[in-house]
Amino acid sequence: MTVSSKAPPSARALSSKLSPTRRFQNNLMLGLIVLGTLVVLLPLFLIFGYVLIKGFTAVIDGFPTFFTQLPKPIGETGGGIAQAIVGSLIMLAIATVLASLIGIGGGIFLAEYAEHRLANLVRIMSDVLTGIPAIVVGLVVYVMLVQSKITGYSGLAGGIALGLIMVPIVVRATEEVLKLIPTTIREAGLALGLPRWKVILSIVLPSARSGIVTGLTLAVARVSGEAAPLIFTSLGNTFYSNSLVQNPMAALPLQIYEYSKSPAPEQVSLAWAGSLVLVFIIFVAGLIARIATRQRR
Amino acid sequence: MPEILKTEDVFIYYGAKDAVRKVNLSFERNTVNALIGPSGCGKTTFLRAINRMHDLTPGARVTGKIILSGEDVYGADADPVEIRKRIGMVFQKPNPFPTMSIFENVVAGLKLAGERNRTKLNEVTERSLRQAALWDEVKDRLSAPGSSLSGGQQQRLCIARALAVEPEILLMDEPTSALDPQSTQRIEDLMTSLKNDVTIVIVTHNMQQAARVSDTTSFFLVGDMVEHGQTDQVFTSPRDNRTEAYITGRFG
Repeated sequence: MTVSSKAPPSARALSSKLSPTRRFQNNLMLGLIVLGTLVVLLPLFLIFGYVLIKGFTAVIDGFPTFFTQLPKPIGETGGGIAQAIVGSLIMLAIATVLASLIGIGGGIFLAEYAEHRLANLVRIMSDVLTGIPAIVVGLVVYVMLVQSKITGYSGLAGGIALGLIMVPIVVRATEEVLKLIPTTIREAGLALGLPRWKVILSIVLPSARSGIVTGLTLAVARVSGEAAPLIFTSLGNTFYSNSLVQNPMAALPLQIYEYSKSPAPEQVSLAWAGSLVLVFIIFVAGLIARIATRQRR
Repeated sequence: MPEILKTEDVFIYYGAKDAVRKVNLSFERNTVNALIGPSGCGKTTFLRAINRMHDLTPGARVTGKIILSGEDVYGADADPVEIRKRIGMVFQKPNPFPTMSIFENVVAGLKLAGERNRTKLNEVTERSLRQAALWDEVKDRLSAPGSSLSGGQQQRLCIARALAVEPEILLMDEPTSALDPQSTQRIEDLMTSLKNDVTIVIVTHNMQQAARVSDTTSFFLVGDMVEHGQTDQVFTSPRDNRTEAYITGRFG
């Protein structure tokens, strides 16, 4: 086989036609974009990493009492923030139920009945709600439920406050996801002689399930770290609450806030551990959401 | 009476614009009736008026009467939900319900309307899938997702789904335009056997398909129903010049 001095025509035609300058510019821009992404991700990794390191050592030191015991007075060892973990989970559950009912319902209304004369009003009000600061929501619930003694400082009031913050997020996510479902699916359902509400509930909504769950998860992640609305509603507690309406209830963000100000190093360490638990709860919530909405093979 | 569907002076408006004007047609039981015409002529608009699909479109208005076995579909006490149980529809692009299995898709019209009897649902599934010539291909995998089928199979699934509620009339809106020739052939063969059970009204862009499968043909042009008659007659000796021009391909 002879070796030719020139590349065969086919190979030549396939190689890049870019000049060296263009290729350099290409790579430069690619490098800058990658760098930009890393810069944006850096704070995320720093925060995660720091919380992980400081929290992990604290959890290991206090294991398992950290999860099972109530706070002990300053100076005593042991003790944990079990009541804060339980309290947060309870109030997030209440909030999720509230946000699901109002938020998914609102999202369905906006997506499926967009021609209704109230639809515009509902959408505007939902958008306004998104912008209300969490502390203001807390104050509103304080006046309506706590000060009026309907519930007093309680887990229920705290859960409701968190739920109200979640509602507009769920409404928007539900609406967007429902709008993605092709109209032809609805038409097929109606063409079978099914009433409109049945088509929405039994055919359209199940198709949108994963998107709605994602919206709920995002909303939960948003509120699980909120301390401001809870200051005026659930107040915080160093003991377990034995009622949803009679006693103040503890929450992780409140407890972290309290302990981070403390002069006692073991309490500060508990605050770090609490932060790690909070991040972990959000992570697990996302994982559950992913698993629950896996596509059938 | 032999005629199952009759339209009287039907006009369809989108806002102020009249999309379909003064259509008077009648269809006999157990026949296949084709609606043909160039794009935008109003044949699909007219078809969708028959089962009151325009109720969903804000700004759409239908005047005139569409009489199904003696009752006006647009009458004052006519219930669109009941109408659509008697007049079914198959769409251009196959649209099986995405979260449901083959079985669930077929019985959706019954199950979601409240039918719980497992035996009845199984019977209906087999009957409808046989009618749609799909039973042999899917009988071993009824719990597979509806979307796992090929395009032609999905369309036959949609036909089975529509047939499961036992409608009197089946409206088909260009059912094979998104399918390959082989699937198209199968569905055309289907129509000939189906007409024993339902009356079919089919909109088709494909003149040859109309000539192959239908008993009567109606030619629409820019909102008017120009000519209507037995398929042989319309294709071999059309009465109107415009029909002849369309059929001989002078415009399309």
